[in-house]
Amino acid sequence: MTEQPTQPDQSDRELLSFRVGEQEYSVDIMSVREIRGWSKATPLPRAPGYVRGVINLRGTVLPIIDLAGRLGLPKGEDSARDVIIVVCVSDQTVGLLVNAVSDILTLPLTEMQQPPEMAADDAQTFISALTIYENRMIRVLDLESVLPAKDGLAA
Amino acid sequence: MSDPNDPMAEIRASFFIECEELLEAAQDGLQTMQDGAADDETINQVFRAVHSIKGGAGAFGLEELVSFAHQYETALDDVRSGKFTPNEDAMLLFLGCCDLLADLVDSARDGTDMDAARVESLLTQLRDVVGIEEEEEVSADEFEVTGISFDLDLPDLPDADAEPAPTPVYDILFAPNDDLYGLGNEPLFLIRALAALGELELQCDYSAIPDIEQFIPGTAYMSWSLTLETDAPEADIHEVFEFVDGLGKIEIREQGAPPSDPTETTEADEIAQNPNPPAEAELQAPASAGSDPAPDQTGTEPSSEEAVPPAQAALTKKPQKSNGDGGKGAPATVRVDLERIDRLVNLVGELVINQAMLSQSVTEADLPPNSAVAHGLEEFMQLTRDIQDSVMMIRAQPVKSLFQRMSRIIREASGAVGKTVRLRTEGEATEVDKTVIERLADPLTHMIRNAVDHGLESTDARVAAGKPPEGIVSLTAAHRSGRVVIEVSDDGGGINRPKVFDIAVSKGLIPADAQLTDSEIDNLLFLPGFSTATEVSNLSGRGVGMDVVRSAIQALGGRIVIQSEPGTGTTFSISLPLTLAVLDGMVVQVAGETLVVPLNAIIETLTLAAEDIRALGPETNVVQIRGQFVPLLDLGAELGFREPLESYVGGIVLLIAHENGDRAALVVDSIHDQRQVVIKGLQDSYGHVPGVAAATILGDGQIALILDPVDITAHASGRTNQAAPALSNAG
Repeated sequence: MTEQPTQPDQSDRELLSFRVGEQEYSVDIMSVREIRGWSKATPLPRAPGYVRGVINLRGTVLPIIDLAGRLGLPKGEDSARDVIIVVCVSDQTVGLLVNAVSDILTLPLTEMQQPPEMAADDAQTFISALTIYENRMIRVLDLESVLPAKDGLAA
Repeated sequence: MSDPNDPMAEIRASFFIECEELLEAAQDGLQTMQDGAADDETINQVFRAVHSIKGGAGAFGLEELVSFAHQYETALDDVRSGKFTPNEDAMLLFLGCCDLLADLVDSARDGTDMDAARVESLLTQLRDVVGIEEEEEVSADEFEVTGISFDLDLPDLPDADAEPAPTPVYDILFAPNDDLYGLGNEPLFLIRALAALGELELQCDYSAIPDIEQFIPGTAYMSWSLTLETDAPEADIHEVFEFVDGLGKIEIREQGAPPSDPTETTEADEIAQNPNPPAEAELQAPASAGSDPAPDQTGTEPSSEEAVPPAQAALTKKPQKSNGDGGKGAPATVRVDLERIDRLVNLVGELVINQAMLSQSVTEADLPPNSAVAHGLEEFMQLTRDIQDSVMMIRAQPVKSLFQRMSRIIREASGAVGKTVRLRTEGEATEVDKTVIERLADPLTHMIRNAVDHGLESTDARVAAGKPPEGIVSLTAAHRSGRVVIEVSDDGGGINRPKVFDIAVSKGLIPADAQLTDSEIDNLLFLPGFSTATEVSNLSGRGVGMDVVRSAIQALGGRIVIQSEPGTGTTFSISLPLTLAVLDGMVVQVAGETLVVPLNAIIETLTLAAEDIRALGPETNVVQIRGQFVPLLDLGAELGFREPLESYVGGIVLLIAHENGDRAALVVDSIHDQRQVVIKGLQDSYGHVPGVAAATILGDGQIALILDPVDITAHASGRTNQAAPALSNAG
């Protein structure tokens, strides 16, 4: 999509985009607290597969969600270049394990599209909008649904 | 004056905090009286507490509170003076009044309206029982100005002229001590009040005022000799000094009368000779300037709060006489914002983690064991532990306040179901973390109500069973092996097990042909949706009963156990961790993961020999330990970290004991060491993980899980005992 004239702030959305497997996702930058390198997580017993465990984030216990596992994408090999994005959604702070952080994008809200109705895909229910940036399709994650309620996380 | 502007709001707040303490003291005293263990000081203590509340309430213009407190106080005064000796019913009434007083304080604080009918009915009862005259309504305004403005309000004693008899002359010696000023009293007002009674001559003794270099502001250096010529009764003179009673030496003697009556003299332990009014006045001025609440006539706060800069920390100094338990000296206390303590607790937690990191680095540096660093580290560790213990002690509070609340619950509950019930408490001084106390209030209330409603039989049934008609609910607290055990027991009929069983069957909680042991039946009470009350009484039995209690206790890291004996009663024991912040744990390695097992759960550790292990069924093993068979659980497999091992010979096991005496052996790969770990909750960030109590941060910065061995074994028994999954939940 071609460059648009600068819009007033309200109608822009700033997104942090990152790579999970071969796909590119993004989250609203306001929900991102920090980005940190991969460190070994302590596994939790009887946790769902996509919960990698917990890490020590300056004295607090931070659960780590493997986004690839959560979205049902093929899980690549763990590598030292993996990154944890610490996000805060509705008072809950979790780390999202992704392969790489790519960019910070400022996109006008008008370019956000509703994802088409396709029930089959696991990952689709987690996507709140789609947009095109430099010929790449950027999926905007719905963090609320990626982070289940505390009870659900524990189940 | 009743409109609280900002500076007033703070004083108000401290008044209400003060009220809580006073109510506690009053209730304490009444309880002692009810138990028949009272001495002369007890009623005084109750009287003073109510009086102080009245005085404080007057200063804030809380008329409802003042008028009730006043009449209550009048009744208590009759008891104090021996005009009225309360019987059992009267004591209950007094306790009820105390509850109402607490409610009035609450409603005054929250600005809600009180049920006037309730106040009136209690007052009527009070008048009937004690036989006090109904007095003119005492308005709060009058109280605001006591002490300052006797000269304005008091009538000029017109009837005094009728008698031509010579006017009595009183010699008064007034030697205040430091506390008088510390509590914001001002001798000038007292003297003015005396002057209002009649002709006053005074002589100030300022010989004790030192040179300016030695002068200590706030010290009482001066005393006064006063000669008062008045027709007013001597009681009026005493009344002037009423609010400074115990804050100095006060002698009042009628000229020509025999030397002073010893009861009239309050000997302060330290009599300062020469106060200095100008200096004092200046000290007081900034404190009471501006909003100028009425000078504190209560003898206790709130003025001393007022004198402290508006920081949360306020030194609370109680007058020597008004402390509770039979005249022991009240320790000086500091009121600190809870947030500050929590911050300190967190910082100490960080300190412990840092110390662990440091000791790990020292170990890795491979220094000789006698090096200075190693020594220093050892001392550092000792200090850290001491600091930590002290900080935890700040948070610890006696359970007394909680128990007192329960005695009110008992009164209300027993009244509602028409049973006579007495609460017996033990171990009130047991200290528990403040958060634990706060969060115990609801479950305990529920259990107490249950005990009164369901636990105790009706009075007729008790008599028929040959028991005393008065039911007893006892509440005890004690420290037991690093935990706090709180027991609620009743001397009722015990759990009606057949009835419990039938109900559980009818509610579909268990199959009708289930074979259950007595303790399993008892534990059915904890199942969600279980309620034995056939009719929903307004007291307990809304179907959200013991399961809520149990989850509240579990959320605190505690456990609850029932013991019941048909015909003799039921006991619920709650076992809680002492603190929610730190724990002594054993660090173990399982399947490559580091885990912490709470030390208090471990009885012993041992290495398995082939002959110790016995197979029981295809997948289960038991260990024979000193003639006892204990289930063997592979921790790695239980937590889902690995498949069960082929053989456990040579493995290391931790022998775990439950509170109820059940044991289990947990297989681990290796034991690292024993250390103190800081508890980091998982609940907030993740939710409850079965078998895991919390997490902690190790010296290398990694997170280790703190296990809940009892939960692990409970879940394991669910695997081996598929027949009754409901019971593994219940147990």
